[in-house]
Amino acid sequence: MAMTTANNGVNVQALLDAREVLKGAPEAAKFTWRASCKWRNGTHSKTDVSGFFGLGQEQKHKTETSFEADHPEIFASEDNGITPIEYVLVGLASCLTAGVAAVAQNRGVQLRSVESQLEGKMDIRGILGVDSDVRNGYDDIKVTFHIDADATKQEIEAIVAQSQKRSAVYDVVTNPTNVTVEVV
Amino acid sequence: MLTTIVIGAGHSGLSASRFLSERSIDHLVLERGDVANSWRHDRWDSLRLLTPNWQSRLHGFRYDGADPDGFMTMPEVIDFIARYAVESAAPVRTHTTVTSVSSTSQGYRVSTNQGEMLCRTLVIASGACNLARVPALEIPPKIECVSALAYRRPDQLPAGGVMVVGASATGVQLADEIHRSGRPVTISVGEHVRLPRMYRGRDVLWWMEMSGVWDERWTDVDDIVRARKLPSPQLVGTPERTTLDLNSLSAMGVTIVGRFAAVRDGKALFSGGLKNLFALADLKLTRLLDTFDEWAIASGQHLDVGPVERFEPTRMPETSHLELDLKSGEITSIVWATGFHPDYHWLDVPVVDRKGHLRHEGGVVDAPGMYALGLPLLRRRKSTFIHGAEDDAREVIEHLAGFLARQPA
Repeated sequence: MAMTTANNGVNVQALLDAREVLKGAPEAAKFTWRASCKWRNGTHSKTDVSGFFGLGQEQKHKTETSFEADHPEIFASEDNGITPIEYVLVGLASCLTAGVAAVAQNRGVQLRSVESQLEGKMDIRGILGVDSDVRNGYDDIKVTFHIDADATKQEIEAIVAQSQKRSAVYDVVTNPTNVTVEVV
Repeated sequence: MLTTIVIGAGHSGLSASRFLSERSIDHLVLERGDVANSWRHDRWDSLRLLTPNWQSRLHGFRYDGADPDGFMTMPEVIDFIARYAVESAAPVRTHTTVTSVSSTSQGYRVSTNQGEMLCRTLVIASGACNLARVPALEIPPKIECVSALAYRRPDQLPAGGVMVVGASATGVQLADEIHRSGRPVTISVGEHVRLPRMYRGRDVLWWMEMSGVWDERWTDVDDIVRARKLPSPQLVGTPERTTLDLNSLSAMGVTIVGRFAAVRDGKALFSGGLKNLFALADLKLTRLLDTFDEWAIASGQHLDVGPVERFEPTRMPETSHLELDLKSGEITSIVWATGFHPDYHWLDVPVVDRKGHLRHEGGVVDAPGMYALGLPLLRRRKSTFIHGAEDDAREVIEHLAGFLARQPA
């Protein structure tokens, strides 16, 4: 592995520097991510994401992004956007992929292509209330990576494993998280 | 005033004492109980050393019995360390519990239940595993909880199912022993280190030693904070020299679940990330075996060992449970094998960080004339093993002697 020549477009040095700085400043490491959602009609909603809090102050994305969500027509909906549970796959895929790029960069591995397919298996008897023993959400998620890189299969597997180990979305999906929903 | 006080008469403290004596540095070794106290009182009954007898050696002392490939029982370890203390004529004060250590203008004041002493330099060899680390989870009160420090034998647990939390050497050994006692066992697995007992016909710890992996120094390790937190490898010392990993546990019928992440509505919730933990441990094992194989060829040893082996990847359980109802009676007890940490409540010198670790560079503590021994990867990967004490103690005491030489007497 040539540590100097790999360029996956990830500024690993900035990440490593941040890691050092935040060791001594844990308060700056506390981030809050936000989304604002508005009901449109039926099962259709639009969620906007633009600002977040981090490094001790309000931050803003370069542009605001909107996400349309709905249910498909086979659920008697209008299909104005992907289903909310599919957004979980979007989050997981993009998080693991970002992780693969960062870890590969840190290990001096040049990536040529990183593609993945995700499948989340779910029994809709849960959300329909048909059977209370069936859970609402995914009961199994499968991610399949196809990676072309200057590395052995074992090195690529290690990069993907490390990406899971450091992934925020993987953590949220695999581990319990406290959720508070309030009406004000 | 004494020149040096050593706290703890285990293998580390006694090694320090031996090197101090060789340099004619006057000192005392303070021990809260008897020599090898933790080995006497903080271990379960069936435990044997992970290291083979031939590896049991201290500076100027080594195993000389008839079974070099065997593994010492606890009474044998206690006898081994006690004989070392006698043979070294170590100035040990037993039943002397240190209650506080504070700085003075010339060194340290050490208060004990036997009175106060002053010293110019201090060596902390009080162990890395004084207290059990138990996660703060709300376990229903009718479930009996036992830490690995308090666990002795399966009989001590109530009848019924047992959950062992943690899959280090301790966790896998206790899961194995409790399962054999006839109690159904579930083991909750977080990050772990997988090792076969034997590799290419040799003990895996022979490979660790001979290939130089164990001698890797703390300054050469990529991420020292992480490396010092690594759980102990899944190993057991048995006369049969068997491998005890998650595949052997699942083959005998132990249920494997993910990391114990939370308790919600009286249910234990386990992480769904088990497969990646297996992948990480399997990949790490393969890299280690690659290192051994490369060394074998480079050193010519490949002619004297068996053929290259690779082990079956850790098998995913057919059904992996994400929760277990703690109120259902399925399990009646939990054994916490979730790690240990040192106890420095008596140390009134600001050298402990917010995570409870001593601030030190290779055993040179961040206070003049203060040293530590016997902590994970203190100076080498082997630092916490019995045979790891010698090299660390030699260098730490050499530094201590240099410190004394620079001080006005």
